[in-house]
Amino acid sequence: MKLARIVAELGLENLAAGDLTREVTGGYCSDLLSDVLAHVAPGELWITHQRHLNVVAVAKLRDVAGVIFAQGNRPGHDVVSRAAAEGVNLFLSERSAFEIAGRLYRLLRP
Amino acid sequence: MPRVAPVVHKRIYEVAPRDLDRAGAVSTEVRKELLALGMSPDVVRRASVVCFEGEMNMVLYSEGGRIILLVKDDRVELLFSDRGPGIADVDLASQPGYSTAPDWARELGFGAGLGITNMEENSDLFKIRSRVGKGTVVRATILLGVPFF
Repeated sequence: MKLARIVAELGLENLAAGDLTREVTGGYCSDLLSDVLAHVAPGELWITHQRHLNVVAVAKLRDVAGVIFAQGNRPGHDVVSRAAAEGVNLFLSERSAFEIAGRLYRLLRP
Repeated sequence: MPRVAPVVHKRIYEVAPRDLDRAGAVSTEVRKELLALGMSPDVVRRASVVCFEGEMNMVLYSEGGRIILLVKDDRVELLFSDRGPGIADVDLASQPGYSTAPDWARELGFGAGLGITNMEENSDLFKIRSRVGKGTVVRATILLGVPFF
């Protein structure tokens, strides 16, 4: 499913998004960076509570479709501008990680 | 005589201790270098993970050091060397889940105790040598043209 459709369906706030035409294959929910590095697959959406610069690095290295900051955890300007420079898609949601994951799952595996 | 593959590409990166804002910078650079050299996405991703975990360990736990990227005909090598403090028990430090990360680092999502495991699992050859009071040297090799499962 195209990222643009998921952003619309989940009502995500667009913090830094270059390529909304990307195909999303799944999602991964974790706040442990090493766990994400080990298990997230390219093309998945990463849902997290972390909001520091290293999130951008991990997202880039694993080539995720985007990062969703849960629970209204808004990252700082440095994070957003780094993501924009690196071409990493960032989104914000006021919903809990549980709810985002649930809604995403229902969209992707109806 | 075993044939020694010639180095076709070499880069040296300095890593500063405790500089979390710049942490990840070397892995991002290494990723770009490998992409520019036309490496396969799989090799790029594995090398990036190895590099990021090694870089983070150096930033969080070492007195700083450097990372050398060597690209040869048949392999990508990442060499990590730091100025200390060294690891007393490398086997223990390599166990999944073992971490000496302070609370502040754990709150940022580090210290899962999976760093060395991740490095090992994404390498084809992996070796750590360490001496307390001296430092730690890690060599991680990714062979090209080897299928990865």
